[in-house]
Amino acid sequence: MHPAISVIFFTVSSGAGFGLIFLICLGVQLPESGLPAFLVSLLAGGLAVIGLISSTFHLGHPERAWRAFSQWQSSWLSREGVLAVATLAAFAIYALLWTFTGNRVETLGLLVSLLAAATVFATAMIYAQLKTVPNWHVWLTPAVYLAFSFVSGLILAGMINAQGRILGIELPWLIFICVLGAWALKVAWWKRADRIGFSETGSDTGTATGLGSLGQVRLLERPHTGENYLTREMVHKIGRKHAMKLRLLALIAGCGIPMVLSAIAAFSSSGELPMALAVLSLAIGLFTERWLFFAEAKHAVSLYY
Amino acid sequence: MTSLPASTEKKLGLVIDLDICVGCHACVVNCKEWNTGGYGAPLGDIDAYGSNPSGAWLNRIHTFEITPEDAPAQIVHFPKSCLHCDDAPCVTVCPTGASYKRSEDGIVLVDEDMCIGCGLCAWACPYGAREMDPVENVMKKCTLCVDRIYNENLEEVDRVPACVRTCPAEARHFGDFADPQSDVSKMVKERRGIDLMPEMETNPINKYLPPRPKSAPTNDKRPRNVETDSSPAPGSFLDWVDRMLEKI
Repeated sequence: MHPAISVIFFTVSSGAGFGLIFLICLGVQLPESGLPAFLVSLLAGGLAVIGLISSTFHLGHPERAWRAFSQWQSSWLSREGVLAVATLAAFAIYALLWTFTGNRVETLGLLVSLLAAATVFATAMIYAQLKTVPNWHVWLTPAVYLAFSFVSGLILAGMINAQGRILGIELPWLIFICVLGAWALKVAWWKRADRIGFSETGSDTGTATGLGSLGQVRLLERPHTGENYLTREMVHKIGRKHAMKLRLLALIAGCGIPMVLSAIAAFSSSGELPMALAVLSLAIGLFTERWLFFAEAKHAVSLYY
Repeated sequence: MTSLPASTEKKLGLVIDLDICVGCHACVVNCKEWNTGGYGAPLGDIDAYGSNPSGAWLNRIHTFEITPEDAPAQIVHFPKSCLHCDDAPCVTVCPTGASYKRSEDGIVLVDEDMCIGCGLCAWACPYGAREMDPVENVMKKCTLCVDRIYNENLEEVDRVPACVRTCPAEARHFGDFADPQSDVSKMVKERRGIDLMPEMETNPINKYLPPRPKSAPTNDKRPRNVETDSSPAPGSFLDWVDRMLEKI
């Protein structure tokens, strides 16, 4: 699949934004109120909004994007749009109350957290629902999206307040464990992706043409000598050439370095700086991971080309 | 709107006879010609007369080679366009309601004024039946020539999709699959018409008729092998010339 930069940026940035919103609204220890609270909220909401705006850049008609809110009953893409706007609107109220009164309303927070998680889930389902892309069509896809969104939010929270605790565990140690867990899920996702090809659906050129029962079927001639929308969008092959090197880069930048930095943060009095570096490193790792998510994915239509 | 109708009154679609198609691309060209002036925006092209042309087409012909275990390979020309699936995945993924399947005749269409050009429907289609228009940036697909088949300004003989009307070999047929007595239904029954990628559970309406079985060549009728079968008959004049020349 064609790795569109706008969509890669969207999933990474919005994922981080909604992850931080999730944690803020669950009451993770952060500034009491006032300007610091406002800036933290702005960071979380800003990441989510910038991502969403970026996602409209890959549309043929961004000016009609508002129409995408209408089909939430059937379409995951529409659900994602509706949930994102609902999450941001509810979070805006939460953030304003927090900024001006210092009061972090628990019930509202719980609602926003649920909405944020549902938004990330809906984003992942846009891909996971597609039977045509076997790599994506699995429960592990939403699990990985949710895990990376949570970890991104967690490291951002650690950057703001490295002394914070969740369930009694210091943030750096929690980050250490969760980063490892998230990438373990991703490694499982990669292992499955390497194994399946089109085998889960049983599709091959024989079933694609319906001629498999007559003998070995292979493409003799494409319909046209040049490229077309389908070959550019779905028969993309660049990703597979350097996939292993890029996976290693993703693991080092996204998993190894953040884990080392969070361990350093745990033992230092001001853990915010290592956590800030961990945010940068995780971003590199996730951009690489997300690029591969698209570039490595094979689409059923490639059986015709 | 992007929910699929529970059932459709008619199931209009095409039968494509792979035994007959000669791969002339006339259906492809006539499809482009009709649909660039018909329903919706013109079918756009980029660099149409340059070195790297690219454009939106609703019908394309691939050519495959089948190699049976015990017979020579055969070539099959394979026209491919929207199959107007009963369980069209392209429809349900659409976030705006631009993509829809008509309850009266089962045709899958795009309302181009509502399309945001996100491309998700093209991703959801296993057959590559949808292409983004490079000029209008909206999704284009086969309309089954909805602006021809009901058009009373046309002669009755022309009220079929452009690809069907133009096929010089009559490899393409149009009709209602919901009616078991229609020509297309009978053809599919008689020739055991096939669905493409049934495992994708899209329930395509369009059917393909597989090539008829070929008679297997016996050993003595096998095509002559130029390398091994070209030596002259022993004792003939050419055989003598052959042997004399070998000795020089």
